[in-house]
Amino acid sequence: MIQTVLDIVAIRKDFPILNRKVNGKPLVYLDNAATSQTPQQVIDAIVDYYSNYNANIHRGVHTLSQEATDAYEQARIKVQKHFNAEKAHEIILTAGTTHGINIVANGFAAILQPGDEIMVSALEHHSNIVPWQMLCERTGAILKVIPMNLEGELVMAEFHKLLSDRTKLVFCNHVSNALGTVNPIEEIIDSAHKKGAAVLIDGAQAAPHIKADVQQLDVDFYVVSGHKMCGPTGVGMLYGKEAWLQKLPPYQGGGEMIAEVTFEKTTYADLPHKFEAGTPNICGGIAFGAALDYMNAIGFPAIAAYEDELLQYATEKLLAIEGLKIYGTAKEKTAVVSFNIEGIHPYDIGSILDKLGVAVRTGHHCAQPIMEFFKIPGTVRASFSFYNTKEEVDVLVAAVEKARAMLL
Amino acid sequence: MLIRNETYCTFGQNLAMSIKEIQEEIIDEFSMFEDWMQRYEYMIELGKSLPMIEPQYKTDDNIIKGCQSKVWVHAELEGDKLVFTADSDAIITKGIIAILVRAFSNHTPMEIIEADTDFIDEIGLKEHLSATRANGLVSMIKQLKLYAVAYQTQLN
Repeated sequence: MIQTVLDIVAIRKDFPILNRKVNGKPLVYLDNAATSQTPQQVIDAIVDYYSNYNANIHRGVHTLSQEATDAYEQARIKVQKHFNAEKAHEIILTAGTTHGINIVANGFAAILQPGDEIMVSALEHHSNIVPWQMLCERTGAILKVIPMNLEGELVMAEFHKLLSDRTKLVFCNHVSNALGTVNPIEEIIDSAHKKGAAVLIDGAQAAPHIKADVQQLDVDFYVVSGHKMCGPTGVGMLYGKEAWLQKLPPYQGGGEMIAEVTFEKTTYADLPHKFEAGTPNICGGIAFGAALDYMNAIGFPAIAAYEDELLQYATEKLLAIEGLKIYGTAKEKTAVVSFNIEGIHPYDIGSILDKLGVAVRTGHHCAQPIMEFFKIPGTVRASFSFYNTKEEVDVLVAAVEKARAMLL
Repeated sequence: MLIRNETYCTFGQNLAMSIKEIQEEIIDEFSMFEDWMQRYEYMIELGKSLPMIEPQYKTDDNIIKGCQSKVWVHAELEGDKLVFTADSDAIITKGIIAILVRAFSNHTPMEIIEADTDFIDEIGLKEHLSATRANGLVSMIKQLKLYAVAYQTQLN
């Protein structure tokens, strides 16, 4: 029996999509690491925006524009408070994690010199590898990789060896999307700072489970996506320390990001607008704020504790299936189970699970280097959220058993 | 040649049948299934019985680009007919490609080029036509047709 202070029955009622059927079966949604579902409260915020105060922000003198501007800036403050940033203008509202990473990568193109080093972890999502490869091509900087072990944990001894005075930037995910490993980012940040390197943490997979405190972490940049935290797609956050954000050049040119424009010279707007060119995702930003309100009302400690119970239960039940192997067995991990069954391609399992109403992700999870490390084409990944139940884990396990019986 | 003979035996294909007739035969077989389970079980069986491509053709060049599982297709002209062999590392995908090989193999390139593919809908595999299915039935069909176009050019 799973113990929790959460009223899961009541929580599930907040998510209309959980009532739907897929292929005639009740939906069991276990692809939360790809995107989380949206509670009615967030849907209401979106409907309210478009029904009552849809307008462009920061410019109009009319009432709707002022209301929309206030709501958008309120959302920024909600994000600031949630991640405990010192200043609201250290919060750049982006299109999502990838956008945030690209803002930083582009900014460092102006800073890096040939021979400088940037470091990524072996556990990265493609979105956290490709921008840095592009950056290295542009600047002549060298990319170093923090290796991982068979448990899916970073080999910290190697990290310390790779770190040097040439290291200018270290980036690492807080939680691995493919395996769920929680990385020791405190140690990474602290050690990198001692060598004078900046640190960007990709919090996309951590943010739905762990409430990061950017001041306490003393992290230079932290990025997240709203759609993994019960918010809509197309919105996210780049947190940057004020000094860094002032130092980095803007990423995109356009409206909103300028102070003064002549054909000779343009001066850039102050933070955060310098990095928010063009009309932003206004509704998305407001809904992101509503999503944070929703999750905070439930409470992150209770969410994390409950999800951990689901993880333990699912791990134990799945391991009882013959031939099933779990990838990513780190001591610290979020509610993600990445697995394969011996002799069966993950795609085949995923196809049959879908027929049984169970939504999982199959494939390489945009982390091909990790799959290469384990010498597998991919995995089946079940990722849990606080609205999932023990009964849904049972449905998953029965479905995997059925798939195994059909496929072997 | 043995491999190809097995292809014919496995599927009980009458060499005189047109692509349309073979497709109708496949539709008939699938119409007997009552639910998705039976359809998938049949595809899994087909996948298991698909004669594998000869190892020398299982090359990166012959892979149909997809994100989730690998599909290899090899085409060879035999007389005026194009013969396909294929393999995949995923069994359901293998079943799908087996159905396509059965429908298109051993016909002239022009017949393959002109053949329609509506039968996929009718046998309840429409979901595999969706763009998100990385195993793209669409890419597989496209690849078979591309081979036909290439060999047609050669015949001209």
